[in-house]
Amino acid sequence: MTKKITINFTVNGDRETREAIVGQTLLKFIREELNLKGTKEGCEIGECGACTVLLDGKPVNSCLVLAVELDGKELTTIEGLSKNGELDKLQQAFIDHAAFQCGYCTPGMIMASKALLQRKPNPTDQDINEALSGNLCRCGAYQEIREAIKASTKK
Amino acid sequence: MADLKYVGTSVKRRDGVDKVTGAAEFIDDRFLGPLLYVKMKKSTVAHGKIKKLDISKAQAHPGVKVVLTGKDYPNKIGLYLVDRDFVAMEKVRFFGEPVAIVAAVSERAAAEAVELIEVEYEELPGVFDPREGMKPGSPLVHENLEEYERVPIFYPVPGTNISNHFKLRKGDVEKGFAEADLIVERDFQLPQMQHVPIETHKAAAHWTPGGKLTVWSTAQSPNVVRQLLAKTFEMPMQNIRIISSYIGGGFGGKAGASLEGLVIPVAMKFPGYVVKIVFNREEDMQGTFTRQGLYSHLKTGVRKDGRITALEYKMIWDGGAYTEYGVNIVRAAGYTSTGAYDIPNVKTDSYCVYTNNSIGGPVRGFGMCEMQWGIERQMEEIAKELKMDPLELRLINGMKDGSTTAAGQVVHNVAFDKCLKTVADKIGWGKTEGKFRGKGISGLVKCPAQPSNASSSAIIRINEDGSAHVMVGATEMGQGMLTAISQIAAEGLNIPIEKIDIKVPDTDFTPYEWQSVGSRITYTCGNSVKMAAADAMGQIYKVAANLLGVPVEDLTFDGKMVYSTKDSNIKATIREVADSCKKCTGEGIAGPIIGRGSFIPSNMTNLDPETGQGNPGMFYCFGATAAEVEVDPETGVITVLQLASSLDVGKAVNPQLCHVQLHGGTIMGLSTALYEEVKFDKGVMLNRNFTDYKISSIDNTPHIDSFLIETPEEKGPYGVRGIGEQPMIGVAPAIANAVCNALDIDVNTFPLTPERVWQAIKAKR
Repeated sequence: MTKKITINFTVNGDRETREAIVGQTLLKFIREELNLKGTKEGCEIGECGACTVLLDGKPVNSCLVLAVELDGKELTTIEGLSKNGELDKLQQAFIDHAAFQCGYCTPGMIMASKALLQRKPNPTDQDINEALSGNLCRCGAYQEIREAIKASTKK
Repeated sequence: MADLKYVGTSVKRRDGVDKVTGAAEFIDDRFLGPLLYVKMKKSTVAHGKIKKLDISKAQAHPGVKVVLTGKDYPNKIGLYLVDRDFVAMEKVRFFGEPVAIVAAVSERAAAEAVELIEVEYEELPGVFDPREGMKPGSPLVHENLEEYERVPIFYPVPGTNISNHFKLRKGDVEKGFAEADLIVERDFQLPQMQHVPIETHKAAAHWTPGGKLTVWSTAQSPNVVRQLLAKTFEMPMQNIRIISSYIGGGFGGKAGASLEGLVIPVAMKFPGYVVKIVFNREEDMQGTFTRQGLYSHLKTGVRKDGRITALEYKMIWDGGAYTEYGVNIVRAAGYTSTGAYDIPNVKTDSYCVYTNNSIGGPVRGFGMCEMQWGIERQMEEIAKELKMDPLELRLINGMKDGSTTAAGQVVHNVAFDKCLKTVADKIGWGKTEGKFRGKGISGLVKCPAQPSNASSSAIIRINEDGSAHVMVGATEMGQGMLTAISQIAAEGLNIPIEKIDIKVPDTDFTPYEWQSVGSRITYTCGNSVKMAAADAMGQIYKVAANLLGVPVEDLTFDGKMVYSTKDSNIKATIREVADSCKKCTGEGIAGPIIGRGSFIPSNMTNLDPETGQGNPGMFYCFGATAAEVEVDPETGVITVLQLASSLDVGKAVNPQLCHVQLHGGTIMGLSTALYEEVKFDKGVMLNRNFTDYKISSIDNTPHIDSFLIETPEEKGPYGVRGIGEQPMIGVAPAIANAVCNALDIDVNTFPLTPERVWQAIKAKR
């Protein structure tokens, strides 16, 4: 009943071959098949940004992408950001500026910020506001998020 | 106060690395298989008798383990008024109420089976407006209200939809009106809103044939969940284990018991399975409690010199179909009904009314945002009519040391005036900046709404190397409990934060905590941790005194060594003391050191049932918000130019996290001021997602200036007051006051949508 397709992809730098269920979202695939629990589900319909990951370097809501679309692509999740136990500058800046409270939107927020920084290494407030307008943070750490992103470009 | 080493410093969040690396485990990350997935069949009418409920096709669907209906759930549940069935029995009372649940081996099978359940309703006349619902002859939402078990401080009116009528009588309100030169009367209203934490409500249950129940839950208050489940499932508490995790936002929405009970009977039928339920966004919007809508009427008497002489406040709350906390919100709003102002004569009637709208409940502020919306808008209108500066009017009437609240409680260590002046100065109060620009200010106050015996406890285990485990029952939902409580423990134990481990609760291991609500944890849990640290230190000194042969009072501890203040050569390492201490002869002195702290407030009392007088507040936290806005008169669109917030925090345990909390609360307040309104059409919630129900996003969030004022609270640990909810309270009225001042209009319903503002502008023309 559940049809599966073999897909080849890279996840956080490692090449993988897996079976993906047809119709399964990338979000469910990441959490349940790859067992990477850092990516969060907030709405399942592309409205909150909590499940943001990078697909070939571009930010996507993984709840709106099918797992089979991962075939041939490069996936980066929050787990792929720190290297050898060392935090990415952006992650450290989020801690230093207390740019989160509950932390549930944080993985998505950081991935969307990472994508922005790759596109614009020195973003303005306006750039940040535009890039992150689809990532909701109910705790309201927006002011600190802007500060953290800008600070991360300075060190 | 003596110099503090750890309290008062902006140490980085203890959950920081976990949360930025994706390693932070939220509850859904801990549901480990074999799993059963539970989905609900939800009512499609707001009020109706269940005429037919056929589960046979669902039962037969491949993958389905069981389908349960109301009769499979033994007893009703409720925190203050026991009025709710987990799954509807005989009739449904709100749109989206569960009428059956399906448990299956996959989420898909469960969802498919739900569609195969056949339900027929006989629709009943509904109650959708509490003002109508409280009238005699209205259809009844609960026919047997008088039979429900309740906590005796709540007063339902049998034969009506009124689940609680809170009365407050202070002074002589008629005399107060007679003394007034001016009487101002106004109606205010505000709609329901939703908490919308980005993590929705989730729970799972596991049962062993031996009778042990384990529940994983997003609940803010695991001990209360355990207490309610023990009662409704008639189980001894030691057989129920509630496991918390990082919580992805609470805001009051995850207080009390919510969906845990739904999965337990399934778990009991299938031992060994982890039976889970995860609300999707739509279910979270309609199936968890909303902030209660409020219709209010204020009548205020004031003298020419600005002194308010009397207040009559009537509040009619839309309690929704069931009342978990609603009756207590109505009570809290009642006993605080003068807001931050000292008014000698007060008459308040606050009613909680059942309707067929979604269940009402607490949201950040616990009635204070709703109630003080009226107070603070009314202050503005009074000032306008007196032709007085609204700031001046607030300073004249604002509470000071020795003032009395509506309940007659005397307040101490109050710096409300400083809070007001700080934010007014920040936005350049008194200077007009342009034609369509206006400035507004609002005061605010809140005490934790809790029973007088709401307590906290803590255990501190000192390890052999002098490091410590701090065990508390408070939850971490973003407010920074882990960090602030670690700092309080570090201060008491005089060891660095890095030597302290603290975890989120698991009721089998962590000691009792009433609830993580009401901005109370840093104060109550903090007090218990301070006591536990002092207890542990007392033991360390006693053991060291025995070991070193000197009196306890001669000893001091620097974090590594215990030594004599008279002769620093007389000393012992913490390891020598804490690692099962023995004399040089080998004789044992003391086993492991375990500190214990148990806190209950001693300054609260019951309230008189007729007058509402007494001491309901453990502490009162005052603050103020000020805003400058620009309004486009053609479109009604508001642009917030300046936003400033101040709070008298008592003592900021962690200044950085306090500022973040002020910003976050202000943003949530701004979101409710401008956007948030749950819309119902005869009980059917219309906006059930983030597209139809907008909350603040980064692109519409202005810069916020925050100020921490520190007037120590005598009984708080190191002078602390709780501050989690307070930053939200003054935002909507400050924005509204600024908008009204910008255009000389009068808006008394929020949110201030462009349409509503434009209508007000049009009405004035």
